[in-house]
Amino acid sequence: MNELVFFINKGLVSGLIIGSIYALGAIGVTLIFGILRFAHFAHGDMMTLGAFVTLILTAALAALGITLPVPLAFIAMFPAMVITAFIAIGLDRTFYKPLRQAGARPVVLVMASVGVTLMLQGLIRLFAGVRARDMFIEAPKEIFRIPFPGATRPVIVTEPQVLLIGFVVVAVIALHWFLTRSRLGKAMRAVSDNPELARITGINTNHVVWATWIIGGALACAAGTLLSMDVTLKPDLSFNILLPIFAATIVGGIGQPYGAIAGGFLVGFCETLAVFNWSILLRPFRDELWFELPNSMALVPTQYKLMVPFLILIIVLIFRPTGIFRGRVLA
Amino acid sequence: MSEERQYSVMRDVVLFAALGLLILFIFVSQGPVYSLRMMVEAGCYAIIALGLTIQWGYAGLFNVGIMGFIAAGAATSMIVSFPQNADFWNSGGPGLVAMFIVKLAVSGAALWAIYRSERWGIGPKLRALLTAIAIAVAYLVLSEHMAEMSDEIEQASGWMGGLGMPVFVGWIVAGIVAGVIAWLVGKICLGLRADYLAIATLGIAQIIKHFLKNADWLTRGTLTVSPLPWPVQTPADGEFIMARASYLTVVAIAIVIIYLLLQRAYHSPWGRMMRAIRDNENAAASMGKDVNRRRLEIFVLGCILMGFGGAVLIHFASIYDPSGFLDLNHTFLIWVMVILGGSGNNRGAIFGAIFVYIVWVMSEPVALMLFNLIGTYGQAWLGWEPPSDLASRALQMRVFVIGLTITLVLRFAPQGVLPERQARH
Amino acid sequence: MSLLEISDLHAGYGQMSILKGVNLTLEQGEIGVIVGPNGAGKSTTLKAIFGMLNITEGSIRFDGKDITGIRSEQLADHRIAFVPQEQNVFPTLSVHENLEMGAYVRRDDFSSVMDHVYDIFPPLKDKRGQAAGELSGGQRQMVAFGRALMIEPKLILLDEPTAGLSPMFMSQIFDRVIAINRTGVTVAMVEQNAKQALAIAHKGFVLAGGRNSYTDTGQNLLNNPEVAASFLGG
Repeated sequence: MNELVFFINKGLVSGLIIGSIYALGAIGVTLIFGILRFAHFAHGDMMTLGAFVTLILTAALAALGITLPVPLAFIAMFPAMVITAFIAIGLDRTFYKPLRQAGARPVVLVMASVGVTLMLQGLIRLFAGVRARDMFIEAPKEIFRIPFPGATRPVIVTEPQVLLIGFVVVAVIALHWFLTRSRLGKAMRAVSDNPELARITGINTNHVVWATWIIGGALACAAGTLLSMDVTLKPDLSFNILLPIFAATIVGGIGQPYGAIAGGFLVGFCETLAVFNWSILLRPFRDELWFELPNSMALVPTQYKLMVPFLILIIVLIFRPTGIFRGRVLA
Repeated sequence: MSEERQYSVMRDVVLFAALGLLILFIFVSQGPVYSLRMMVEAGCYAIIALGLTIQWGYAGLFNVGIMGFIAAGAATSMIVSFPQNADFWNSGGPGLVAMFIVKLAVSGAALWAIYRSERWGIGPKLRALLTAIAIAVAYLVLSEHMAEMSDEIEQASGWMGGLGMPVFVGWIVAGIVAGVIAWLVGKICLGLRADYLAIATLGIAQIIKHFLKNADWLTRGTLTVSPLPWPVQTPADGEFIMARASYLTVVAIAIVIIYLLLQRAYHSPWGRMMRAIRDNENAAASMGKDVNRRRLEIFVLGCILMGFGGAVLIHFASIYDPSGFLDLNHTFLIWVMVILGGSGNNRGAIFGAIFVYIVWVMSEPVALMLFNLIGTYGQAWLGWEPPSDLASRALQMRVFVIGLTITLVLRFAPQGVLPERQARH
Repeated sequence: MSLLEISDLHAGYGQMSILKGVNLTLEQGEIGVIVGPNGAGKSTTLKAIFGMLNITEGSIRFDGKDITGIRSEQLADHRIAFVPQEQNVFPTLSVHENLEMGAYVRRDDFSSVMDHVYDIFPPLKDKRGQAAGELSGGQRQMVAFGRALMIEPKLILLDEPTAGLSPMFMSQIFDRVIAINRTGVTVAMVEQNAKQALAIAHKGFVLAGGRNSYTDTGQNLLNNPEVAASFLGG
């Protein structure tokens, strides 16, 4: 049974965790893609930025001598989400809105977002350096060991992982409620569906754009913070996390938040299961197998993990460019 | 000659003269050895920038994976032209590599056959299923073989070594390999919206980067490969200035040839069609022009130039370090060169490449000096303890400047410094 | 005072001018139909009303106010509704949500208007929870009309509402237009099916080459042999 526990720890839990992060990122990217019609390349650095804002607030809280039953970083994350959302709106007003108003093609906005990401990257590394940082300033992170029947090893879940899963569940329910019940949420879906008609109908595009950046920025901050809490805060996230997030967005269908969530988990699980060493799970059956069990039986070597989102992306682009949830027909 | 045209010619002359003065100043102040190196590198970037300017300026394609194509070209050229490794050829290695190529070719042929299987009456669902199966089988077979091959080669001979061909052959093959990769990516993405090409090129660049970093059997990994052969006398034989000047001549000749060919293509019916497509895709498509095919052509052509430029650059550096020159951000340095020079303008790309590269190289000591100054005074006056990684932080400032330049140019000078001259017919 | 008064309108896209002097006047409660050959500027005239192209000369007055060159997002504020020819619903929103979006600019209680729309288009009531993109062409057209009615418009602009529909649906659409008009809404409509459209029109405008070539009551135009010969296919 220890093998099964190993599978749960290294396969299922990891997949769930990284899938949640991708999902949080992809919701923002898909909303921006759907409403503002461009692939937001600055999303990775927005996540890093959000995590840094949280880190600063956490340090401030710790300096005040505050201790709480939950990690300080998790509490600091909520004001940080607000701050990141404002920064996102500010970035839009300064860099994207003028281009939109000048009637620039979407690809010019993509390029502008690359410019923004480089600026964020430069600023973050200028002020914070390039080394990894621990988000747990005041106390070490708590680790839960859950005994598994019939196994000597426990299932291991850490505190930030529990918080992450809890946050994702709440965020998804809140988002669902917002998009299907509130006037502004419905307007967002309308603009994503048909921007021309939305304008004619009198839907205030500015409000919709703000809502998009608020949701995108806040969730990016949460994703960055929770990822950093799970491992460490590394400033070199930017381009490395973009590919899986874009893959999740496109798999889920552009402009489809539910698709983005599903896509995020799909990419996350594919990634962890592809690099998972399956020979460990097969070890108990090694005597009954018709072949000799190799030591390592991963579909993809860990250093080529990036291949997984890329292959998913390519396969979707070839066979179903609208995504599995039928995003808007693309031209 | 119209007044407007005269003005634009004048402006070109003035700008290039100013650039010449800047180069002259650097020659005088930094000495010829340093300046020649800088000029050769700037020239290589000019070739790469020409590749990008036709993609962006002629066809509006957003390529985020330039560094990947450069790296692919550099690695290819290294393999083709580096002297042979006798240990490898005496081991079982060549047989394994040959088998790998055979398996790769068979997989490719099978996939192609499935892709075109419509003509044999195979429906889309079955075709998708067959493709998925073929990809899975090919992947398992190839990765299995590659794992075995890399272990074998690394044990028997360290790495594969080169093929010992002439340098020029290496450069040409570098262009071809980059072109083939571009063809595959373009074939998949060019029918879709422009953002997808950006995402896919970002992905392919990251994968090429990871592959070259980890494939020790092919690239010797952290041990690096050197010295790469030169097409002219190397400085090892004595004269630095002579050697670099000859290399610069080769690069300059390459730029002139590429420039003339591109100008010719630009004014040919093909170039007119390209511009028609860029300016009004729908109109061009309704006139029966195959827009995606033209775009694929230009994407492949641009990437060939990037692969070629990368090869020329790496041979000059003389050392091939797979983890060395793969910073993704350099992609955007090339973007700055192109949009600053004015997209779709070949002279502008050359101007932008040389000018931006000079600024880039010069900004490094300036940034370091500035930060040391801040550090020293900060410590003296404010008792501020500067962080130990101040130098690496200072260099991040340059990344910020690239980003700022891109956004500012897009907003305030979308035509660039040297806009495309409206051709009259 | 006329409700809509377009006088001597010159407009175009960028440098290309398409409208070269269009005059169109509609009184409160009328149905006006714009017909003419392809490229005459019929749809362009509608689009010129809300700033989708450059107006170089002339003016548009609505309900006593000068609305020349307003932007499309201001239409609803003036209680003008536009139903585009294609892509006139929000496909992933449900029928009900489409109607709600139609009332986006309203902050008051619009449930009675919604009931009224369901009364005019009974099939929508059964499909209210279904995504609009999944409906048939005729039903989508109903959603589009319903969405437009949600602001209780004074004027409704219809761009070829019967395009692509089967003849059976076509007459249904015209019936609906009449029904909408009976509730007091002024209708300005561009139509390809000129005969049927002019038959229900109070006023008809025949455009050619970007300007009016005939302006009369719908019935007179139908009876005019010149118009019949040149535009109505004999």
